Amino acid sequence: MRQVDVLVVGAGPAGLAAAARLATAGVGRVEVLDREQQAGGVPRHCAHGGFGTWSRPLTGPAYARLLADAAVHVGAAVRTGVTALDWAGPLALTTVGPDGPETITARAIVLATGARERPRTARLVPGTRPAGVYTTGELQQAVHLHRQPVGSRAVVVGAQDVSYAAADTVRAAGADVVAMVTELPRAQTASAHALEARLRRGIPLLIDTTVTELLGHGRLSGVRVRHRDGRTATVPCDTVVFTGDFVPDHELARRGGLPLDPGTRGPAVDGALRTARPGVFAVGSVLHAVESAATAAREGAHAAKAVLAALVGAEWSDGVPLTVDPPLCWIAPNRVTPADRHPYVLRTAALLTRPVLHVTQDGHLLHRRPLRSAVPNRTLTLTARWTPRVDPKGGPVRVSVV
Amino acid sequence: MTGTETGQRDVRTTVTERGPLPAVTYDVAIVGAGVVGSAVARALARYPHLRVALVEAQDDVGQGTSKANTAILHTGFDAVPGSLEARLVREGARQLAAYAAESGIPVEPVGALLVAWDEEQLAALPRLAEKAERNEYHAARLLGPAELYAREPHLGPGARGALHVPGESIICPWTTTLAYATQAVRHGVDLHLDCRVEQVSRQDGSHVLKTSRGTLRARRLVNAAGLHADTLDAQLGHDDFTVTPRRGQLLVFDKFARALVHHILLPVPTALGKGVLVAPTVYGNVLLGPTAEDLHDKRATGSTADALAALRDKGRRILPALLDEEVTAVYAGLRAATEHDDYRIRAHPEQAYVTVGGIRSTGLTASLAIAAHVTGLLTETGLEPGPERELEPVRMPNLGEAFPRPYQRPDLIAADPQYGSLVCHCERVTRGEIRDALAATIPPRTLDGLRRRTRARAGRCQGFYCGAAVRALFEEAGA
Repeated sequence: MRQVDVLVVGAGPAGLAAAARLATAGVGRVEVLDREQQAGGVPRHCAHGGFGTWSRPLTGPAYARLLADAAVHVGAAVRTGVTALDWAGPLALTTVGPDGPETITARAIVLATGARERPRTARLVPGTRPAGVYTTGELQQAVHLHRQPVGSRAVVVGAQDVSYAAADTVRAAGADVVAMVTELPRAQTASAHALEARLRRGIPLLIDTTVTELLGHGRLSGVRVRHRDGRTATVPCDTVVFTGDFVPDHELARRGGLPLDPGTRGPAVDGALRTARPGVFAVGSVLHAVESAATAAREGAHAAKAVLAALVGAEWSDGVPLTVDPPLCWIAPNRVTPADRHPYVLRTAALLTRPVLHVTQDGHLLHRRPLRSAVPNRTLTLTARWTPRVDPKGGPVRVSVV
Repeated sequence: MTGTETGQRDVRTTVTERGPLPAVTYDVAIVGAGVVGSAVARALARYPHLRVALVEAQDDVGQGTSKANTAILHTGFDAVPGSLEARLVREGARQLAAYAAESGIPVEPVGALLVAWDEEQLAALPRLAEKAERNEYHAARLLGPAELYAREPHLGPGARGALHVPGESIICPWTTTLAYATQAVRHGVDLHLDCRVEQVSRQDGSHVLKTSRGTLRARRLVNAAGLHADTLDAQLGHDDFTVTPRRGQLLVFDKFARALVHHILLPVPTALGKGVLVAPTVYGNVLLGPTAEDLHDKRATGSTADALAALRDKGRRILPALLDEEVTAVYAGLRAATEHDDYRIRAHPEQAYVTVGGIRSTGLTASLAIAAHVTGLLTETGLEPGPERELEPVRMPNLGEAFPRPYQRPDLIAADPQYGSLVCHCERVTRGEIRDALAATIPPRTLDGLRRRTRARAGRCQGFYCGAAVRALFEEAGA
């Protein structure tokens, strides 16, 4: 049994940012565990740009290195190749790595275990079980970390930001994207991005369309697709990439019995990113699958303040639940106290034009926010300026679309 | 590649997947390296004077019905009393339980509950209990709803009672077939993969098998071709049975579902047909299925949207909370159903030929007894096996959650840190286990083969995290 001050599980942007801030603040032993061989999380295999700041733009791998180096530089211990297996107490975890098993206790634990895409099986796409079926995560690691060949003709399922990143990765591997397929009536990315893929790269976008079956024995030979109007077709291809449809990697949270938010399926947290268990925090995409690396890193830094307060004995207030009404699908954080100042992220399941968000508690309107539009799979944000009006003894706070 | 390595008995082992076949005349050729063919090969490996070939059309052992079933080690309580199947299942179950313990094949004796959901099913339970008695199974017991719900608190509402069959177990079907084949190969059986038998004829008292890899000669022939057993049988002039592939689609739920169910929840068979079962797996998942669709295409191992929806509807009634968990795998297997109620195991002495046909889903359970039975038929019809020896035991890598996995063994990690280095995080598969599988007596030829040997990529992320790394290890090994 070894004791540290703060144990962070997951060395992605959120975990590394939290660790760096805590080590800078002079917390004694801050230790970050990651089960992968390299620190950095998902940006490690995002070979594209869009990371860092506007004044210092970086690729994903460069950003991952920068965050890891920064955490180590200020004194955090970053240990890779070590897996947190389970809980050994309210603030203790069992781990395993090449050096063997260990139990580590901490004064505070920060879960930064990230998110992953739901694979073909979870999406219940029928058909055979051929080779050539990817998620973006596997595809990017195959192409950018291991230089593995993919097939020659790929269908990308999805038309959100990550789908376009997957299409770029397919092309970087020397293969063609023969189609992108989305169940929704439009792409869910910046229109310039969608237009460029369609016009300059000639990638057809099949809207209102679902993949209904995978074909082929041994290697994928094609996918069956169906349009909302009932038309069906077979698209010959040897590779299919299932993109998006992210879910939190909540195994450790569930094993620990932490209450999950029914919308995000990640641990429920308040605006200080505190879970229901005193001393346990959660940051990054495990809370909201998924937001940008920058959002995750900001959360890590934000949570550090509450971790520091907890280390000096601050009270663990509970807050009231924060819920959404359909067609909104989730909001994070998802508990609220009057002191919360961290902005919220939320998602809609349906395309909305000029929606107005209403925040209410027990029938009282706390906040009203008109939006220009709301698109599925894209970030919506909500300020936390209304939280002082929350009654901490009142009912759940609801966010709805009017 | 012709793989040769030094086995435990300093016998050079032979596993081939390409190139010409040996020009020798084998004493026995077994067609089909499923669980039955591999068990027969293992049984014949006890006779060092016999030259035995195990011939498989696909690139691995256990690739047909043997890999896609409900993974249950049956007691045979509900077999047709007095049938060959009933006897072989009863004997085979005991033999396989002992063999599994010796070989490290994961088995969990969780017991089964046949849950009655209506009056008709409830009325059928006493008859099933009687049938169990006639099958020499005496531990079955009727349960009322209170005891049933005490045993299975997550069961959906409306269950009327159950028959408890404590002897039913869950087992790893992949490890079983691989253990048989490994032990056979280590004792001198030649395994020829990717070797499809296209035609059989007899010349000068020998069988001449025209295969996709050339000619193979053998004095005696065992037909363990599973779904294709009728085709091979017909080539030898027999019209004993027709195999109608019966597709069974199954859903595998996330390990988070494992705590929801403690027994194998079997349907009560009624006039309206068999229902679906919910069963834990030794890997810590929960199975829902199978469907039963009679088809004509022996390659139709795809899943269908309608069947998956129907299974989920049935599962929702049996174990409502199951449907809240993610599905980590969907598969479909084809059972070798015939028009007969019993196995079709027959010796044709004049042709020096034994057919092992119509081996249904009970074949895994019965495999060792089938092998002993077939060996008996071969010797009764003139095979002179020569002296017999004890086989060196095999020790298979443990894929079961009920036994310590390598990452849970400090002793193993201290001796070799690769067993502490996790590659597949969902299934907690270590670099050491992947390395071992790639260097085993019968190494995997594909990533799917590696998955069946280690569980790498078999978990909830299906390779999101580890897929590329596992593939890199596989390719580095030159597999």
